[in-house]
Amino acid sequence: MEIMVALMIAVMTGCGVYLILRLRTFPVVLGLTMLSYAVNIFLFAMGRLRAQAPAVIGETSNYTDPLPQALVLTAIVIGFAMTAFLMALALRAWGEFGTDHVDGKTVEQDAADEERR
Amino acid sequence: MSVLFAIVLLPLAGALLPRSLQFMGRHVVATAAALPVLAALILLFLAAPAVIGEGALWQASLPWLPGAGLSLAFRLDGLAWLFALLILGIGLLVIVYGHYYLDKNDPGGRFFSLLLLFMAAMLGVVTADNLILLVVFWELTSISSFLLIGYWSEQSAARKGARMALTLTGAGGLALLAGVILIGQTVGSYDLGTVLASGDLIRADALYPLMLVLVLLGVFTKSAQFPFHFWLPHAMAAPTPVSAYLHSATMVKAGVFLLARFYPALAGTDLWFVLVSSAGLATLLVGAWMALFRHDLKGLLAYSTISHLGLITLLFGLNTPLAAVAAVFHIINHATFKASLFMAAGIVDHETGTRDIRQLGGLRRYMPYTAALASIAAMAMAGVPLLNGFLSKEMFFAEALGTPLYGSLNWFVPLLATLAGMLSVAYSVRFVHDVFFGVAPPALQAHQPHEPPRFMRVPVEVLVVLCLAVGIVPTLLVGPLLAASAAATLGAPLPEYSLAIWHGFNLPLAMSVVALVGGGLLYHFRMPLFALQRRWPKPHAPAVFEHSIQQLIVAAAAFVRFVDNGALQRYMAWLLLPVALIMLAVVGSNPDWLGDHTMMPIDGLAILGTALAVAASLATVVLRRQRLVALLLISIVGLIVSLTFLRLSAPDLALTQLSVEVVTVLLLMLAMYFLPTRGTIESSRWDISRDLFLSLSIGTGIGLLALFVMTHPGETISAFFIENSVPGGGGKNVVNVILVDFRGFDTLGEITVLAIAAAGIYALLENLGLCLPLYDPDGRRWAKERYPVVLQVISRAVLPIALLVAMYILVRGHNMPGGGFIAGLVTAVALVLQYVANGVHWVHARVPNNYHPLVAFGVVLAASTGLASLLVGYPFLTSTFGHLHWPVVGEFELASAMLFDLGVYITVVGATLLILAKLGKLSVVESGEGS
Repeated sequence: MEIMVALMIAVMTGCGVYLILRLRTFPVVLGLTMLSYAVNIFLFAMGRLRAQAPAVIGETSNYTDPLPQALVLTAIVIGFAMTAFLMALALRAWGEFGTDHVDGKTVEQDAADEERR
Repeated sequence: MSVLFAIVLLPLAGALLPRSLQFMGRHVVATAAALPVLAALILLFLAAPAVIGEGALWQASLPWLPGAGLSLAFRLDGLAWLFALLILGIGLLVIVYGHYYLDKNDPGGRFFSLLLLFMAAMLGVVTADNLILLVVFWELTSISSFLLIGYWSEQSAARKGARMALTLTGAGGLALLAGVILIGQTVGSYDLGTVLASGDLIRADALYPLMLVLVLLGVFTKSAQFPFHFWLPHAMAAPTPVSAYLHSATMVKAGVFLLARFYPALAGTDLWFVLVSSAGLATLLVGAWMALFRHDLKGLLAYSTISHLGLITLLFGLNTPLAAVAAVFHIINHATFKASLFMAAGIVDHETGTRDIRQLGGLRRYMPYTAALASIAAMAMAGVPLLNGFLSKEMFFAEALGTPLYGSLNWFVPLLATLAGMLSVAYSVRFVHDVFFGVAPPALQAHQPHEPPRFMRVPVEVLVVLCLAVGIVPTLLVGPLLAASAAATLGAPLPEYSLAIWHGFNLPLAMSVVALVGGGLLYHFRMPLFALQRRWPKPHAPAVFEHSIQQLIVAAAAFVRFVDNGALQRYMAWLLLPVALIMLAVVGSNPDWLGDHTMMPIDGLAILGTALAVAASLATVVLRRQRLVALLLISIVGLIVSLTFLRLSAPDLALTQLSVEVVTVLLLMLAMYFLPTRGTIESSRWDISRDLFLSLSIGTGIGLLALFVMTHPGETISAFFIENSVPGGGGKNVVNVILVDFRGFDTLGEITVLAIAAAGIYALLENLGLCLPLYDPDGRRWAKERYPVVLQVISRAVLPIALLVAMYILVRGHNMPGGGFIAGLVTAVALVLQYVANGVHWVHARVPNNYHPLVAFGVVLAASTGLASLLVGYPFLTSTFGHLHWPVVGEFELASAMLFDLGVYITVVGATLLILAKLGKLSVVESGEGS
């Protein structure tokens, strides 16, 4: 199971990193969402994995580590706020510059830059 | 030993006075500057009987950063006492002199404050008993001297000179720090006493050459030794009192002080001899030669200072105890005559308005008294008998003769020493003769200069009297001081030496005579020399320095443009590159990835889930341009993440993730509606390979790290939370108790961030006019009928049930999976469903559509729950709980933390709705829906 979780973390991190390096805003937001998943599971996994052992007193005799869970719980909500903020930023940039390039460049400008390089 | 602290701290504290008393006038300012110095000087003299008389060592220490080996440790031995005397004594004279020198328009407060700061820094250098502390003060001297040299900051020359001095001495200071750290590592302590006693250990260390070179870099830059000498003449842009202080007694002497201080620890090797003596010899000659040709009075003195510093360095480099004694003696003598000469030059400048030797002459007629003083000081500099300079120069000649170390080239050293002596005589004669004798140029005659104010002369008088007195009765005046300071320098018994004026007819005397006569002749026949010198190429130090600085700036700007080209993609890549490199290093270290922690068994469901998540993640990347598909794929990933949480004993996380998933997908759908799909913005091939490298290495690294941690057992602090959850927090759900009780302050911070993010999003979207797309990406017109009836009906029926579930989750959260965050998200989802099904206007006609107060109320409620515990005398956010009997429901536990959780709930509901409703409204305002 540990290997499965590690595999998930690896793939999600890699995909997230690749997506946040894209030039258009929508993939970047997707990437940030993906990276949040990966980071949350990563943090959660720091408490080691255990099944059927929720940290609710009286349910079992052996509890899983509740601290990473508490940290991740708020991280999920904050992650949503962050994604939403980025989305709002992207929409504002679209409204102001008329392009969804992350640097506010139009297609023509981007092509011109590419030419110069 | 608080006296020791007082000696350093008095000028440091006193540095505040002059600047803050500036409004009270010049006299008050100067007095305020002089008093702390006077007090420190008196304290220093009180220490004299013990330190100088009995050779005692005073030490005082306070811990500062014990972990880094740094302590506020001071020591007062003979050497430190001598330097402290020079710093405070000449400092006091400079303050008196500076008061008369400064123009009425010059801000005296700033001047004296900086001077005292510099003085304190110098005192710190000479009395530090800890290597790191010494470097700290050393750097402080660099900075305060920079400010002093650039005092007339409106002058370009002052700014450039100051910058050059700072660059060189600062760079040297860094080298010194590195050297000192190496020494400390070798010895195992930064305590100066320990280091000085470990000379053999240091010299035997394999890194000794490196330590020596690094320390010497610090010394040579500070003491303006060849080839780092060029900054000193340009520092002459400073006001003359500063030059008199920095370049006679203090700043440049810090370097040779360090040679003396580290003498027992570093000296005695061939490497020391070669490096120190050859730098000294080269500086001695170059400085003396250049000094002869300066037309600027202060420039002449500056190069002569360089030359004399070379002499002192050379003496230390000779590796004999007698030479070290001579070096210490010459430090004293040079400080006295050079300070008086600088002050005399300042008087000439002050009274005639020029320092150019070619425009001066015959001043003896106008200021006979100053002329006499300057002549005596200059004779001391030339090494004329019956003056202090003669004594140390004799000792220098004797030592130069006795050098056995250059082998068959031994005759070379005395010859060059005599040559330097001749040059020194020649420029001293020039200083006196060209300024005070001969005929005054017509312009000067018209100007009619006169003697300076009475008290401007007093400091010069004091110093000149000292030059004479030491020269005539050396044993009486400096005998004990020299003995004590030389003994402290050597850290060993003193050699036999005699301070007598007359040693009989011997070779050193002959050399002195040759130097005096030869110097006179050199001056007499100087014209051909001047002509010769004019034809030499003269690299202009500021131009060269400025050029290299400009080159550096151009290179730095090019580098910045390369790194910071304004592209987000580039920034992200730069941020991620170090992460990738660290990850590669982690993977490369290849530890035992699979530890012995018992692993959970793998079952078919886990494999299926993982395969789905992996496939969906990869597909999201590949199909990111087909946005709806990508969105569906990423929500599969999110769903698997929630299920993973559920499977791995984290029901709270699973619930949170699931409800966040809903709002996230809604958010992305709204954004997708607006954002354009057309356009061909593509990364270049190179960028794509870079991104592939980054994502592959980071993904692999993070995955392996996670695997490593998960398969190795670890200690956690969670046992505390599990034990105290019920007795301390009154809740069985430990995760929730941590959130609202143990780490409630964190949670308060989190919901505040959430509120701020919501407000930020609101502000970003306010007044944003987006044109609404009429067609979907495939070119189909968006459907007219917006709200499917089935959804409308179901959603309205679901709302009360959903709200009830949310309430249930909220209330039970303390004991069962649930809580404010989850309940808030569930409520938000239920309400958002109404927006989706019925439209913004329909919803806003029925519920309050202004969510700002709601968010604020939530945060305030949570915070005031915390404050309430303050009122009853407990720390912020302390919670309390009790049991309540509810009819029908039964025994019910009520904790004050639940009120806090209610605040969390309200904030989450408010923030989520604020964000989504604002976004949603964008799509309807312009289409005129509902009107």
